[in-house]
Amino acid sequence: MTTQILFWILSVMALFSALMVVTSKNPVHSVLWLILTFFSISGHYILLNAQFLAVVNIIVYAGAIMVLFLFVIMLMNMNKESEPRKNRWLKMAGAIAGGSLLLVLVAALKDAGLKEEQAVVKVGGIGLIKNLGKELFTTYVVPFEISSILFLSAMVGAVVIGKRE
Amino acid sequence: MPINYYIFLSIALFCIGIVGVLTRRNAIIIFMCIELMLNAVNLLLVAFSKMHHLKMAAVNATAGTDGQLFVFFIMVVAAAEVSVGLAIIVMMYRNIHSVDVNFLNRLKH
Repeated sequence: MTTQILFWILSVMALFSALMVVTSKNPVHSVLWLILTFFSISGHYILLNAQFLAVVNIIVYAGAIMVLFLFVIMLMNMNKESEPRKNRWLKMAGAIAGGSLLLVLVAALKDAGLKEEQAVVKVGGIGLIKNLGKELFTTYVVPFEISSILFLSAMVGAVVIGKRE
Repeated sequence: MPINYYIFLSIALFCIGIVGVLTRRNAIIIFMCIELMLNAVNLLLVAFSKMHHLKMAAVNATAGTDGQLFVFFIMVVAAAEVSVGLAIIVMMYRNIHSVDVNFLNRLKH
């Protein structure tokens, strides 16, 4: 019962703050709402007992990436409402297109035969760091090393692009 | 929890991200909506990994670990993507003093 209540609270929080990300005029407010969305998704991970991913989500997303976004927004001095004039019909068309996609996906997956499948919450040890670390450094050691090369190239790319001239 | 709830929650988050990408003009907000879509997919992957674990735990005690590692790698790629993307946005702001994506249609000439 507690799990259900927590699930609904976290879901409503995630959906509401995601909507506020899209609708708020001020980019700084958007970033703050997005941080709240990430925290509620981390709450979902904890509920599913994926504790490592919950902590990584908070550290990497809410901690590092969002601070990067905030830095860039404040660097550009965009905290006034610097949104350009937008076409109202274009916005409406975008909203209708997204809503239609939502409708189609929900209608397609409503009767997908997954009614009795359960995602087990609160128990299970596969999300703990012991199991994930063992798997990561045995089966997935090559992708892990490749991702370090990816980080190196991303760092070099960011420096090259960001350099003046 | 039934897996259906997680599927519908993820679809809703993903579609909110799509609507944001389609309706906003600010390049940074579009970028944030892409992050939102990535997170919706991550949440669904974790839920499916737990579902798979429930079904296959008798055969393989660590079934479902792959899904969570995929989420880990998605986060890694997203972090690299954000650093390069924000560098591009900063460069664009330096050149045209705006982050309105509509100004970028001059790229096609």
